[in-house]
Amino acid sequence: MDMTPEQTGFDTSTLWIMIAGLAVGSFALRFLFIGLVGDRPMPDWLMRHLRYTAVAILPALVAPLVVWPKATGGALDTPRLLAALVTIAVGLATKNVLLAIFSGAATLYGLLYLL
Amino acid sequence: MAFSPNSYYWKGLRDGAPFVLVAGPFGMLFGVLATEAGLDLTETMVLTATVFAGAAQLTALQLLQENAPIFIILASALAVNLRMAMYSASLTPYLGGAPLWQRAFAAYLIVDQSYACSIVRFETEPDLSISQRMRYYLGSVTLVTLCWYSFTFVGALLGAQIPKSWALDFALPIAFLAMAMPMLRTPAHVAAALVSVIVALLGAGLPYNLGLMLAGLAGMMTGARVEVQLRKKGTWT
Repeated sequence: MDMTPEQTGFDTSTLWIMIAGLAVGSFALRFLFIGLVGDRPMPDWLMRHLRYTAVAILPALVAPLVVWPKATGGALDTPRLLAALVTIAVGLATKNVLLAIFSGAATLYGLLYLL
Repeated sequence: MAFSPNSYYWKGLRDGAPFVLVAGPFGMLFGVLATEAGLDLTETMVLTATVFAGAAQLTALQLLQENAPIFIILASALAVNLRMAMYSASLTPYLGGAPLWQRAFAAYLIVDQSYACSIVRFETEPDLSISQRMRYYLGSVTLVTLCWYSFTFVGALLGAQIPKSWALDFALPIAFLAMAMPMLRTPAHVAAALVSVIVALLGAGLPYNLGLMLAGLAGMMTGARVEVQLRKKGTWT
């Protein structure tokens, strides 16, 4: 599916509801403890689950985009798959976010150019 | 110890400066992708200034383009931001004594970078006053904030002119994968990520992007479960 701005299916009011919801929600999450809860200790089980939110959500969001890229209409795509694998490998090996991004982007552009 | 409070602002500013290298390109990427998704300059800048969290903003943008229901968009993007609540909890013992208006301001400025800088400083220098801590914290996030706003703006202006051959459809996967890898510090984090990926792929066909929600929940529960097991075996670091 080829998405151009004219074809996007959201309208302006949905967008502003989204912005308002995200703005209020994000501030609430940040303010929750420092502003409201104070120094009271929090239950262990809650902190234990919160610790894993980012590592659970970010890869889950990305995985379908890697396996079924929209740009190729959902067909597995060698440059994109390899770019993702290189980003993962460099990220794991170096723990360096920027280096991983540049390596992944270089792989993607290199292969898109060659293939 | 005759440090003027201001010097802690400068220390924070220096320690936070390298993060500009991440915030700049990331902000620009958001500006470009938001424009490509059909947001105008005002919408893009209001979103970036009020939400002030790159990963959550990009998540929302992606789901908006997939025409996900608003409830799913909000739940997914705010789930990405749950870590901010964790940072907030972790900073509270150090900044909780400041006046409410300062805490509200500090809350808005909680991002990965300000948290990472400040918590290290607060732990290594436990004798700092609240005012010194607050100034250090503000310093650490000043450049990142300015960079985030201005580069989003530049990206939004450039957005419409970037050709399709740049394959920006894949900028988000690469950025998120690169961000997630350094977070895989323990076997529990690795297990959480693996389970969430598997569930996300299995559930990709579910309506309303419920696959993502299920994957997130499964990942969190896996991480928590593995952590408990490792603690029992005494191998938790």
